[in-house]
Amino acid sequence: MNFETTIGLEVHVEMKTKSKAFSPAPVQYGQEPNTNTNVIDWGYPGVLPEVNKGALEYGMRAALALNCQIRQDIHFDRKNYFYPDNPKAYQITQAQTPIGHDGWLEIELEDGTVKKIGIEEMHVEEDAGKNTHDPDGYSYVDLNRQGTPLIEIVSKPDIASADEAYAYLKKLRQVIQFTGVSDVKMEEGSMRADVNISVRPIGSDQYGTKTEMKNLNSFEHVRSGLKYEEQRQENVIRAGGNIQQETRRFDVNTGETVLMRVKEGKSDYRYFPEPDLPPIHISDDWIKKVKESIPEMPEERRKRYVNDWGVTEYDADVLTQTMEMSDFFEATVAQGADPKLAANWLMGDVSAYMNDKKLELAEIALTPEHLAGMIALIKDETISSKIAKKVFKQIVANDTDPKAWVEEKGMVQLSDPAVLQPIIDEVLDNNAKSIEDFKNGKDRAVGFLVGNIMKQTRGKANPKVVNQLLMASLKER
Amino acid sequence: MDYFKNDLSSIHAGLLNKDFSSKELTEETFKLIKARDKKVAAFLTLDEENALAAAQKADQKGISAENTLAGIPVGIKDNIVTKGLKTTAASKILGNFEPIYNATVVDKLAAAGMINVGKLNLDEFAMGGSTENSAFQKTKNAWDQTKVPGGSSGGSAAAVASGQLLAALGTDTGGSIRQPAAFNGIVGVKPTYGRVSRYGVIAFGSSLDQVGPLTRTVKDNALVLNAISGHDKHDFTSSEREVPDFTAKLDGDIKGMRIGVPKEFMDEGVASDVREAIQQAIATFEKLGATVDEVSLPYSKYGVPVYYIIASSEASSNLQRYDGIRYGFRADDVKNLEDVYVRSRSEGFGDEVKRRIMLGTFSLSAGTYDAYFKKAAQVRTLICRDFDNVFSDYDLILAPTTTSTAFGIGEEINDPIQMYMNDILTIPVNLAGLPGMSLPAGFSKGLPIGMQLIAPQFAEETMYRAGYAFEQATDFHKEVPTIGGEN
Amino acid sequence: MAITAEEVKHVAKLAKLEFTDDELQMFAGQMDDIIKMVQQLGEVDTTDVPVTSTVAEARNVLRDDVAEKGTDRETLMKNVPQSDRGFVKVPAIIDESEAQ
Repeated sequence: MNFETTIGLEVHVEMKTKSKAFSPAPVQYGQEPNTNTNVIDWGYPGVLPEVNKGALEYGMRAALALNCQIRQDIHFDRKNYFYPDNPKAYQITQAQTPIGHDGWLEIELEDGTVKKIGIEEMHVEEDAGKNTHDPDGYSYVDLNRQGTPLIEIVSKPDIASADEAYAYLKKLRQVIQFTGVSDVKMEEGSMRADVNISVRPIGSDQYGTKTEMKNLNSFEHVRSGLKYEEQRQENVIRAGGNIQQETRRFDVNTGETVLMRVKEGKSDYRYFPEPDLPPIHISDDWIKKVKESIPEMPEERRKRYVNDWGVTEYDADVLTQTMEMSDFFEATVAQGADPKLAANWLMGDVSAYMNDKKLELAEIALTPEHLAGMIALIKDETISSKIAKKVFKQIVANDTDPKAWVEEKGMVQLSDPAVLQPIIDEVLDNNAKSIEDFKNGKDRAVGFLVGNIMKQTRGKANPKVVNQLLMASLKER
Repeated sequence: MDYFKNDLSSIHAGLLNKDFSSKELTEETFKLIKARDKKVAAFLTLDEENALAAAQKADQKGISAENTLAGIPVGIKDNIVTKGLKTTAASKILGNFEPIYNATVVDKLAAAGMINVGKLNLDEFAMGGSTENSAFQKTKNAWDQTKVPGGSSGGSAAAVASGQLLAALGTDTGGSIRQPAAFNGIVGVKPTYGRVSRYGVIAFGSSLDQVGPLTRTVKDNALVLNAISGHDKHDFTSSEREVPDFTAKLDGDIKGMRIGVPKEFMDEGVASDVREAIQQAIATFEKLGATVDEVSLPYSKYGVPVYYIIASSEASSNLQRYDGIRYGFRADDVKNLEDVYVRSRSEGFGDEVKRRIMLGTFSLSAGTYDAYFKKAAQVRTLICRDFDNVFSDYDLILAPTTTSTAFGIGEEINDPIQMYMNDILTIPVNLAGLPGMSLPAGFSKGLPIGMQLIAPQFAEETMYRAGYAFEQATDFHKEVPTIGGEN
Repeated sequence: MAITAEEVKHVAKLAKLEFTDDELQMFAGQMDDIIKMVQQLGEVDTTDVPVTSTVAEARNVLRDDVAEKGTDRETLMKNVPQSDRGFVKVPAIIDESEAQ
């Protein structure tokens, strides 16, 4: 029996607004518990929600970037459930009128073909606080995160494999990041995915029973969890069993999914329109304004790199995978660096360094100014490519101006013939045998002589100039 | 000084003439409260120390002719939060709750210079029409202490009617200002939805709740509404409209005013003594030069079921925050989270609140939403359209406020349906977000009868103007109850 | 009977309320009466009638994205039944099924 797989993703992304979705308390991470909260976040008796225009416009921005239609008459709804991190015991969300609907993203499959993945809907809502469960039998509630604006993006059942899900998430992160509405960091929880998966025999006209995994916070876990789950479901069905509608957890250590709970019917969240917030009409003008505020998307940047700067298609693609890299690259070029050299350094040594140290671009000492400065030194032959490796080591790990450092360390390349000629003459005087070898056609002798000259200049001699001068001198002897 | 012989304007004149200081007035008020509240039990909490300090401050600051309310005591229904002053919503679940911010209306009264003397009893979370649902005490009708004061703003109405105060704030979700005003023979106004901020009002039915004043005269009422009205950036449903001076058109002239009397509000469901009083009121209005016609609000008969679904649904959600975790009552010996929730709420809420939470939860449930909540929200539209139709031809609607005079304490408390039907004449006004006023229109067997005036949205001025003209033409507002020989 | 004791129990569970058997009987009876009253809405034709979920005239009310300092934590903690090191403390969850 052969199967086909259907995967659905619900992705939550925290928006980086200044204030919360329904209260003016600040959105800030890593603060002392319950210090970024106010009476609204706490659901104090008598408080009312105050919609953040910024959150709504960020939501529109994301919806437009995901090729969604904007719903022009919207209201908020309440989703009711009790939990300690949910102080009002309802979440303000958009259940009946999600701001975006019927969008799509294109992902590239391994064979190079492009597949369109539909987006069912996208809405704006508020995040909950955080519960920490302690072995002492208590939970500890911190409401700092309560009310942080979220967008939730719900895919259509177009995703057919774990790899496609992985590609979709990567693409989604890339697009959202370039809109500037979120940092989309999975490891920090600013992007979280709920996934559901079902399999059915090929040709069956009904979807199989879904299982789901919630709050996955790594692309790899999503891929591995889905792969495992796909296989598990197929095995169960092959063995004549039935899939239960259940929530499973991905175990990072074993790479398996384990049953958390079986779903008994649908949860009853008793959604209804939020009476504390009047409806909102989104005019064509407003949509236009938001559209214009969307920063350049990766596609457009890629084209610009190739057409204007002569960067290869491949390099342009790599450079636009994350906004940090793309912004860094552009800033380096803006500082006067040759685009191709900048691309080479960023994709080569800089990426290798980040991988090695497991650091993000924002976390390393290197700045676009310093990288551009070093590239300029190479270009005008102030330093050799050998010295450049040393300079790079310095500027990638320290806040050092490359030009000043090179001068201070006396690493400036010797290109002045007036300085080099006497050294060459001296080396030739001391190596009559090599001159003879050269005249007899032994090219190896040149290498030996250059090595000697480099030794004399402690590696600072400009190899190109040395070569020219040496060849001329040899001919004269 | 006796509040039975004064109104806000005469007290203001006294303060202005320095016949008495605000401090003396406030001290006198507490004396009145201590003597008269023994009979009616309107106050849950008194704030004597702070009130006297505020009065002294008002005296120091000086009272000018423009500050018509400065230095004058006021009482506040205990579902409106007051910073540092216990606010309970008459519920065990908030028995020891100390608010950490002020409701906007409380700040506005303070800005007008009014002196808050304390918090007034109500039905728990404003759910009820008799104030018998208070977890703490039973308030009595100012005219007959065997009768209920009405509700849910029963404390506010009884305090004003018994001469303890000239003004108090109440809240009205389905009649909770107008019905107790009617039962106690005073003036109560529910403003247009959005006229007054709800920020800091402990929510019951969010799409219906409004704060309003209870006073002994129409003009006093307009003065207090002037002080509390206006847009609030903390309440997104509050209107940005300019607030007119509600006292500006109180000149007694209502010639040519077109008044409609809905036939559905004058049928046999209304007691004959009430109907007779309203018939006489109609005659008075005609004498004053208004034209009065019978009109129809055909869908208003569905007001009660629509209201109980919508208000209870909203309440079921609004009251979920009382969970024993961040504030309020937490049950003893709770072993796990489910215990904290279920036992705190089951022990903390009274029966009527539980009934409405249950009805609301049921109405919003997945399988019942369309047939209950959605259906009710659709019929609400039809009720609104009824009013629109009438107001296209009329300036004002006139009706009884209640179907009967005040009923006896304990008489209806075990019959929720009967209790709900009492609100049939006030509920449609909340559903349509209209302003409504109850004012004295007669007496039957020693108990007051209330007349209701209903205006189009944001046309409070029309309502006040008509109410004032009627008041000047009649003597009902001059009657005062006998409070155990205290007056 | 429009509503059974079983249904009342289910609704109570959603609302985090519990009732003794006697209370359950009383509530089931009263809710039954209320629901019967409410069911008269069934006779109203609401075809194509839109819902009214607010009577506020206000539309498009939005707050600019400007952060204001939160409420002082000490103040917020005043009414908390149980707290520890700046956290609100509550007996642990044993049933995870409500978690989001």
